[in-house]
Amino acid sequence: MHNKTVAELSKGLAQKEFSSEELTSHFLNRIETLDGRYNSFITVCKEQALADARAADKKIQSGTATAWTGIPFAHKDIFCTQGVTTTCGSKMLANFRPPYDATVALKFKEQGAVCLGKTNMDEFAMGSSNESSYFGKVVNPWGDNLVPGGSSGGSASAVAARLTPAATATDTGGSIRQPAALCGITGLKPTYGRVSRLGMIAFASSLDQGGPMARTAEDAAMMLNVMAGFDPKDSTSLDNPVPDYTATLNQDIKGLRIGLPKEFFTSDLDSKMAGAIRAAIAELEKRGAILKEISLPHSALSVPAYYVIAPAECSANLSRFDGVRYGHRCDDPKDLMDLYMRSRSEGFGEEVKRRILIGTYALSAGYYDAYYRKAQQVRRLIKNDFTEAFADVDVIASPTSPSPAFGFGSKGDDPVKMYLEDIFTISTNLAGLPGMSIPAGEIDGLPIGLQLIGNYFDEGRLLNVAHQFQTVTDWHTKAPKGIS
Amino acid sequence: MSIQQSDVEKIAHLARLEVSAEQAQRLTKDLSNILDLVDQLQAAKTDGIAPMAHPMDAEQRLRADTVTETNQRDALQSVAPAVENGLYLVPKVIE
Repeated sequence: MHNKTVAELSKGLAQKEFSSEELTSHFLNRIETLDGRYNSFITVCKEQALADARAADKKIQSGTATAWTGIPFAHKDIFCTQGVTTTCGSKMLANFRPPYDATVALKFKEQGAVCLGKTNMDEFAMGSSNESSYFGKVVNPWGDNLVPGGSSGGSASAVAARLTPAATATDTGGSIRQPAALCGITGLKPTYGRVSRLGMIAFASSLDQGGPMARTAEDAAMMLNVMAGFDPKDSTSLDNPVPDYTATLNQDIKGLRIGLPKEFFTSDLDSKMAGAIRAAIAELEKRGAILKEISLPHSALSVPAYYVIAPAECSANLSRFDGVRYGHRCDDPKDLMDLYMRSRSEGFGEEVKRRILIGTYALSAGYYDAYYRKAQQVRRLIKNDFTEAFADVDVIASPTSPSPAFGFGSKGDDPVKMYLEDIFTISTNLAGLPGMSIPAGEIDGLPIGLQLIGNYFDEGRLLNVAHQFQTVTDWHTKAPKGIS
Repeated sequence: MSIQQSDVEKIAHLARLEVSAEQAQRLTKDLSNILDLVDQLQAAKTDGIAPMAHPMDAEQRLRADTVTETNQRDALQSVAPAVENGLYLVPKVIE
């Protein structure tokens, strides 16, 4: 049952091959027996999930079900869920039970989907290896000593280990695509403004975007059908029509123009990675796609620009954690300053503090023009590169990450080494474009991801290309060793 | 651009974070490395380029000036560490 896709489970429920209660129990049992090894969940909502499953079964019986009614899934623990602990991977929010639902959480509830629990993540979504969670590191199902990527490492690990058919996630600099690549699953970061950010705990507000993680492009399309849409309560949400993303999956890709940025395919790229990605792209070429070399001349500046903009916005966003309104509060504060200082110092982990400090520095008097303003100008140059490229091509292809999953602690003490992990994914966030990662090969037995970047609101085309790739390849069906 | 330990201590205070002398020393090294990375930006020619705040240059949307929210004070304060009579409690600020 756990090897079925969301699309297959949805059919199975509709045809009454099994009930949602059976399905939900099956996944809850898997989490209970297997997740000790992966630590991919922070909270499991057993009783609520079973109650929701029984309610879904009634809806299915009465013929009022939708495609998602009764389907189990998980939320990254960054999405507020009313009454259910939402930690964002931090001690700061270890006991936080939101008084309201994120719009994304509400949308899945309205469909009658069954939330199994909340998945582990890098603290406040800051990290590329899921080593910074207050609730412990997440293990990649492809190897006990391997990171799952981050920050959505719990969602990626849980989907790869078949503990849930699908999970929500968020992506600020690659946090959906990179863990999807490292765990051998499918992930999509939509256009900035496509999915509501209401109730999605903010890291860098001009970059954060929620999106789906699943095993197939078809399932990701089904998830995006639920998640996408205008939200009047999110001031950056965009009011563009939402198509049925599953309707265009089977379109022919003959004549599709794929751009290969020469800045991403240099001699610095690992030769095995280059070979695997070129072989994957050749599959699309066989289906009639046309390859074109393109240039994104400012892409080398994307990591430096990101590490001004993201920390600056993080330092502003995380100033709300003051020990007064919610979150961790220190014991016996002697005055207001002591309350702020100790509540924040005790509540935040090391990487979060580093980023708050960098952001505070970049925004401090005398440095704003040299850092934040300069980075926002470079951001426009990066966006302009993409606009020019999309005049000639329909999608852009590259590796998702420089290498497959790496070992715990292997990036050493220097945070910059970890930051370079997102070298292929960050420019998409800076430009606000949609990007996707799909399983596209293996290096030394570990999965790698092919990144596809689309023009604004072209998620349908990305999913179409990904689905066409998945109809002629089987990388997305491969399970980690020991999982069957 | 190099950063001194005294800078780190100053910005830590601005950010309301406590750092020990030992932490400040390590952070000075970490932040210097990050700032070296970030300093690559200085080479970019950005004369006449408008800073980009939103990918589609969207502007702040305004809603009609009507009451749409109900009072949710109790629900929102249910997650506060210390409240009394609808007020958040903090250590005494004014003598």
